[in-house]
Amino acid sequence: MNQQGMNLHTLPLRLAFFALISVGFAEEPAAKASSPGSNSSEEERETVHDTDFYKMMRVVMHQRCVNCHPSDHIPKQSEDAHPHHFGIKRGQTGQPNHGAKATQCSTCHQSENNDFSGVPGAPEWSLAPHSMRWEGLTAQEIAASFLDPKRNGGRDHDAVMHHMTEHPLVLWAWNPGINAAGIPREKPPVEKAEYIKAVKTWFEAGAIIPPAAK
Amino acid sequence: MKLSFTLNDRPTEVQVDTGDEPLLWILRDTLSLKGTKFGCGKAACGACTLLVDGEAVRSCSYAVKFAEGKSITTIEGLGSEENPHPVQQAWIEEIVPQCGYCQPGFMMATAALLDKIPNPTDDDIDQNIINICRCGTYYRMRKAIHRAAELSRTNPAGK
Repeated sequence: MNQQGMNLHTLPLRLAFFALISVGFAEEPAAKASSPGSNSSEEERETVHDTDFYKMMRVVMHQRCVNCHPSDHIPKQSEDAHPHHFGIKRGQTGQPNHGAKATQCSTCHQSENNDFSGVPGAPEWSLAPHSMRWEGLTAQEIAASFLDPKRNGGRDHDAVMHHMTEHPLVLWAWNPGINAAGIPREKPPVEKAEYIKAVKTWFEAGAIIPPAAK
Repeated sequence: MKLSFTLNDRPTEVQVDTGDEPLLWILRDTLSLKGTKFGCGKAACGACTLLVDGEAVRSCSYAVKFAEGKSITTIEGLGSEENPHPVQQAWIEEIVPQCGYCQPGFMMATAALLDKIPNPTDDDIDQNIINICRCGTYYRMRKAIHRAAELSRTNPAGK
């Protein structure tokens, strides 16, 4: 049998195969629609929860933002959130959020990205205090946390808004640099200007946390 | 651009291109101080560790422009043959090095540790001394760190 004959015989099977995998891809985004900051597609995120609150939270809940707001005492790295290499963890004395006493964040991280080493950097690079842990929380829980003066370092709404829109470590998210292999780090799913506008608008409207979507 | 800083207690000036060059490169290539080593170039091994204003810094990931106005100490400035730093003395007593390549970085990190924690526990050593040694001299280093702490109490840093 020549090759053309064999292709005709297998055509129905191949058509069925492609139909099945097309359905699989179509269904995949819907399954991830419920969690801002998850690894769902950009198109899917744009069609779901397009409010100021969720635009803000899509940035806040990006993995690399959560990496320095761990639920434990170990900073995470990269989009896969692996524990920081070399056994790095929160210190126990001195300035604990800056690491161990003699091997601090500043041993490797400086106030700007280093393209020679691939080590990221920004002013005041450190872990967030444990009271500001976000890892594993919902958007509503995280928002409640950063609005709570008992957990956010005593900040009122105005101070939180300014921190979220002006602090260079926060804004570093849109200038994350390259890693040691020269590969650019992923930026948040919302443009910086759009994020800042969403944060300010949300706070001006009273910083109301919407109930979780069903 | 011209940069000025103190290097091993001596005022030093260097001319650099952009200032983004790693301090490690300037020390080795421009100032001919070869003691600080290039190990990985991505702050993962610690061979390039030196002190900036007394704090341990991995110089392969430290832009030289940040050295402006600072006090830099390399292995060459830790102590002298006539008056070794307690860390250097302990390293000799415990015969720590094998190939020796990683040792300057470890010694500088240890000097920073003892400055912050004069009597470190094994846990303090585990938390703070995280350089790597391919020859596996860790157990001798641990003994040397404890010995250096002991020497520091009886004979402070040799300078």
